[in-house]
Order: sequence, then C-alpha cells, then structure tokens
Amino acid sequence: MLQLKILLVDDEKEFVTTLAERLELRNMHVEIATDGEMALSMIEADPPQVVVLDVMMPGLSGMEVLVRIKAIDPKIQVILLTGHGATKDGIKGMQLGAFDYLIKPVDIDELIEKLNEAAKNVV
Amino acid sequence: MALNLKNWFNIKERLQRFLEVEYSEDRYHNLRRNMRILMIAMTIIPLVLMALINYHQYQRSLKEEILSPINLLANKTTHSFQFFLKERLSLIKSISYFYTLDDLCDEKTLNHILFTLKKEFVGFVDLGLINGSDGTQICYVGPYSLVGKNYANQDWFQEVTLKGTYISNVFMGYRKFPHIAIAVQRLQQNGQSWILRTTIDTTMFDNLIAAMGLDAESDAFVLNKEGIFQTNSRLYGKVLEQCPFTIPPGGYSTYVVEKQDPNGNDVFLAYAHLTYPDYTLVIVKPHSAVLKAWYALKSDLFFVFLVSSALILIVVFRLTDILVSRIREADQRRELAFRELQHSHKLSSIGRLAAGVAHEVNNPLAIINEKAGLIKDLIKYTPDFDQKEKFLNLLESILQSVRRCKTITHRLLGFAKRMEIEVENLDLNELMKEVLGFLEREALYRNIDITLDLAKDLPRIDSDRGQLQQVFLNILNNAMAAVQDEGRISITTWEKDADTVAISIEDNGCGMSEETCRYIFEPFFTTKKEHGTGLGLSITYGIVQKLGGEIDVASKENQGTKFTVYLPKKSKSKI
Repeated sequence: MLQLKILLVDDEKEFVTTLAERLELRNMHVEIATDGEMALSMIEADPPQVVVLDVMMPGLSGMEVLVRIKAIDPKIQVILLTGHGATKDGIKGMQLGAFDYLIKPVDIDELIEKLNEAAKNVV
Repeated sequence: MALNLKNWFNIKERLQRFLEVEYSEDRYHNLRRNMRILMIAMTIIPLVLMALINYHQYQRSLKEEILSPINLLANKTTHSFQFFLKERLSLIKSISYFYTLDDLCDEKTLNHILFTLKKEFVGFVDLGLINGSDGTQICYVGPYSLVGKNYANQDWFQEVTLKGTYISNVFMGYRKFPHIAIAVQRLQQNGQSWILRTTIDTTMFDNLIAAMGLDAESDAFVLNKEGIFQTNSRLYGKVLEQCPFTIPPGGYSTYVVEKQDPNGNDVFLAYAHLTYPDYTLVIVKPHSAVLKAWYALKSDLFFVFLVSSALILIVVFRLTDILVSRIREADQRRELAFRELQHSHKLSSIGRLAAGVAHEVNNPLAIINEKAGLIKDLIKYTPDFDQKEKFLNLLESILQSVRRCKTITHRLLGFAKRMEIEVENLDLNELMKEVLGFLEREALYRNIDITLDLAKDLPRIDSDRGQLQQVFLNILNNAMAAVQDEGRISITTWEKDADTVAISIEDNGCGMSEETCRYIFEPFFTTKKEHGTGLGLSITYGIVQKLGGEIDVASKENQGTKFTVYLPKKSKSKI
C-alpha cells in the first residue's frame, strides 16, 4: 500500500506534533505547519494528498487557507477540524470544497478512516 | 395672572401626588379609591351646590309668585269694603242735606226715602231721626217702634256729636242678625242739630268675601280693631267672637306674614287695614295649599338629584374599574416583557460564557487526547513489559474522561447556540421524539400511554429547534399534569396544506371549562395556584406567533384537551 502523504495544519504545536507522531506510527508520511502561510508555501513546494486543517487559526483562517489550497490544486483533499460544536463551519467548508469535517478533540480511528476515504478520492 | 398660574401648577402637582400611589400589594386598590374620591368629589360637589342654589331660588320666586295674587286679592277686597261703606255713608250724608228737618220729621217722607234706599241699594234696614241736643228719637221708619227712645248716653251718640259721622262695629241688633249702624249729624244755621241714623244688614259683607272665590282650605274675614270677627269665619269662629290671631295695627299697605293657627297648621296671613272705619281684612291660606307646587318641584328636584348622583356613581365606578384594570394589564405586560428580556439576556450571557469556556477548554483537551493516544500507541507497539496491561487501562480511563469532557463542552456549545434564535431546516417528527425523550421517565413511572401518529412523509420545515422544543415541552408538561396515572396522550403530525404543517397533542385528562379556555394564553393566568407562574402557555403562544405559526386549543371538562400547533414550512419569523 502506497504511503499516504499528509499535511497537518494547526496553530497548537503540541497538538499537531503529537497527532503527527501517532499518524506516523500508523505508517503515514506526515508534515506539520503551524499557520496558514506556512502551510500554503509547503503545499506549493511539495503537494500532499490530504490536508487536515484547523478552522480557528490566528492570521489566515482555515476557510481562507482551504480556498487557496483548492486554487493551487483542486485534487488535494482537505479535512477540516472545527473546535466549535457548530456544524455550520463544517457545512460551509464542505460547500467550499472540503472533503469532510471532524470535531475536536478527534478520535484517532475516525480520523484515519476519513483520511483513507479522502485518499481514495485522489486520482 | 402669574399667581393664578402658579396656583394652578400647585393644584396639578397635588393631584399627581394624590394619584401616585406607592408600589404595594393594594396599589391598584388605592389608585382606584383615590380616582373615585376625586371624580365623585369633582362631580357631586358642583351638583349639590347647583341643587341647593336652585332649591333656594325656586323657593323664593315660587313664594313670590304664589303670594302676589293673595296680596292683590286682599287689596281689592279691602277697597270693595271701603267703597261699600263710604257709599252708604255718603248716601246718608246727601239725604241729610237734600231734606230739611221738617221733611224728615214727616214719617211719610222718611218712609219714602227708606223705600227708595231699599229698592236701589242693598242692606238698608231702617232710618231714624234723632234730636242732636237731647238724643231723643224724633222719627223712625223700620221694623221696630223706636220713637221716643233716648240715645244721649250711648257712645255712638257722643262720637257723632263730636265727629259728625259714625260707622259702628258689627252688632247683633234686635233681630239677631249682624248689623252695622251709620249716623251723620246735621247742624242748622240756627244752631239746631239733628242726627240721621240708619242700620245696614251685613249680608253684603259675606257676599264681598264670597266674591273673592277662595278655595276650601283658605279663609277670609273682617276684624275690628279689638280683633272681634265682623264677619263669619269658616275656620276660626262666628261673627262677634274673638279672633285667635293677633294682627299688628297700623300700616296702609297689604302685609303677608307666616303664622301658626290654633290647630297647629302653618298658614300665610295676608291683611290690610281699612282707612275708615277701623276694620282689618284678613286672608288665611295654609302653607300646604300655597306650596303644593313647591313641594312637587322639590320632590322633582330631589329625584333628578338622586338619579344623576346614581348615574355619576355608576359611571365613576365603571370607569375607574376599566381604567385601573387597563393600567394593571399594561403594567403586567410591561413587567412580563421586562422579565422576558431579562431572562433572555441572562441566558444569552450564560451562553456566551459557556461558549467561551468550552472553546478554551477544547484545545488543551485535544492535546491531552492526542498525548494520551500517543502513549497508548507507543505502549501498544512496544513488546510486553511489566504492568503493560495496567498502563493501557489507565490510559483508557484518561481517554474516557476526555470523551466525557468532550460531551460536556459540546453540550455547553449546544446550549450557547440555542440562545441565539436560529432558523434551521428540521424534521418536526424528529424534534417531537427528542422532546418526548425528556418526559419518557415520568411517563414510564406513571404508566402514561403516549401514542405517536406521525406522518411518514411530513415535509421538513424551516424553524427554530430550541424554541419549538420549548413549545412542545410546555404543552406536553401541561398534558402530563392534566392526565391521571395510566392516562393517554396522543401526538399526531400531518401536512395541513401546501404551506403549513400541523401537530396536535391530545390528552384524556381533566380538561378545562370554556371560561378557563378563553384565558389560558393570558400572562399570569394559572389554575395551578402556587405551583404555576401563569407564564408557560403565554410564552408558548408568544413563540409560536414569533415563528409565524398559530396555536389552537379545544377542551371539554373531564374529557380532555387538544392543543394544535400550525407551523409554516418556510420561516416567516422576523428574527
């Protein structure tokens, strides 16, 4: 099975590094960005298959980053992480081209399932 | 002018102070009482004053109006008497001049004169000639034989010798009929004097009095200056008896006085003095006869006063009742609105706080979740070691606690979201089931049978989830309170028309009277006594209205109640 290449974007460094380590333990190639600008430049340099993107971030918001990613390459799949209990952001994100949304804190197995589903969509 | 204005403002302030009552339990009671006192005082006092003024004015003018005819009558009759007596006197005087002593000494001539007098005038009885110096009757014609009788010692003889004329008081005479005597003295140039004397029947007096046309309760009579009746009185005595009234002497006009007669009746006494002789004409009229019209007017006046007072009282009482209840309603509405505002304000700030806390807690929670997850992963991928199982168990319990926290933060966020009125697309059937979830336990415990008849293809509607939950929860709570244990509640949903869906909640509980039914959506109306605030259904009604829907209630006592809520498919709310 091809190794899945993932970019995790979240301003909470402790959260992303830990999550990245857990995903790597499950045989995934994971890179980390702690803000929107950084994520975009990394995507331009080396596009991943799936981006896991936090909606609430200082600077560029998750929604803006999502729009820009889709502009760079619409094939890149984006899974949104919403801190809100609100489904509103999730639905809005999906209208903007996100693959799905998950509510923080996420269950690792659920995330992996979504990642695999998203990866299948990448042609 | 400035002073007046200042006074006016003072009055206004005082009035305001009078009507501003302190906030207390019987505030409205006091307000109503003060308004009533003020309004009654402002209307009844002028009415009473007007009535009193009218009373006195009417009394005065009516009295004048009634008394002036009496006055006139007394005047007229006095003149008649005066004229009657003067005429007789002049007649006798004329005769004494027309005839010589010799003529008059002749009985034939004297008889002829008396005959003529009797024929032409009324009341002459006899005629006699008396010697002026010794008082002996020289010649006499009439029913008696009085020739030779001497009058020298009688008062009238002295008076006629002194004054030349004489009119007597009424006396009974020899025939027991009331008479008066008139005498004139004639002095001849040779110093000889003689007196012509006639007696007149006073029937004419009675005729004059009868001509006054007095009513049955009134009386009129003539008195001499000693107060002796000169004519018969119908009520107070016969001729020559003493009159019970004392009439003040003197005066040339007609006077009216109020007196009490011997029988104790109040009477008006009108009297006038004749100039000559010293007679007084008296008219007696009882008060009651005179003032009959006045009494009628008085009772009319009193009746009008009573009726208008009663009307004023009724109007004032009704008006203040209406006004005060309107004020009370307005106050209650304002209070309710204020309370609702306060409530929603409180909830929305709690909501904001909850959302903030949930948000802040969420991030560290996510980190704990990931860290613990990583440790678990690491342990899993490490070969077995001492107490590996225990570590895994501990981590699992950390993760479980994280999940619990997650539920709590999600619930807090959900609560915060419900505070904001938010229209979403929802399934009414689903929502109903959610609401029933809250009541399941109680229904189970009380063995209440809740049957659902939900339309399968009920269209989704745009509405507010949280608010609708509250609506149905309120109605269901009431239904639960109304039914006995082992009662039945049935819930039905259906599509009413192209724009509306409906949901009905029917119970077989105690039901309500028509009267109660009419008021159940009014704020503060409650049948639960101490347990209810009277707000539940009014809030329910308010929400349904706000969401563009309608709510209906049908109830029969001891049979049950049915609430039906109609909701628009597309949101019509102006939130």
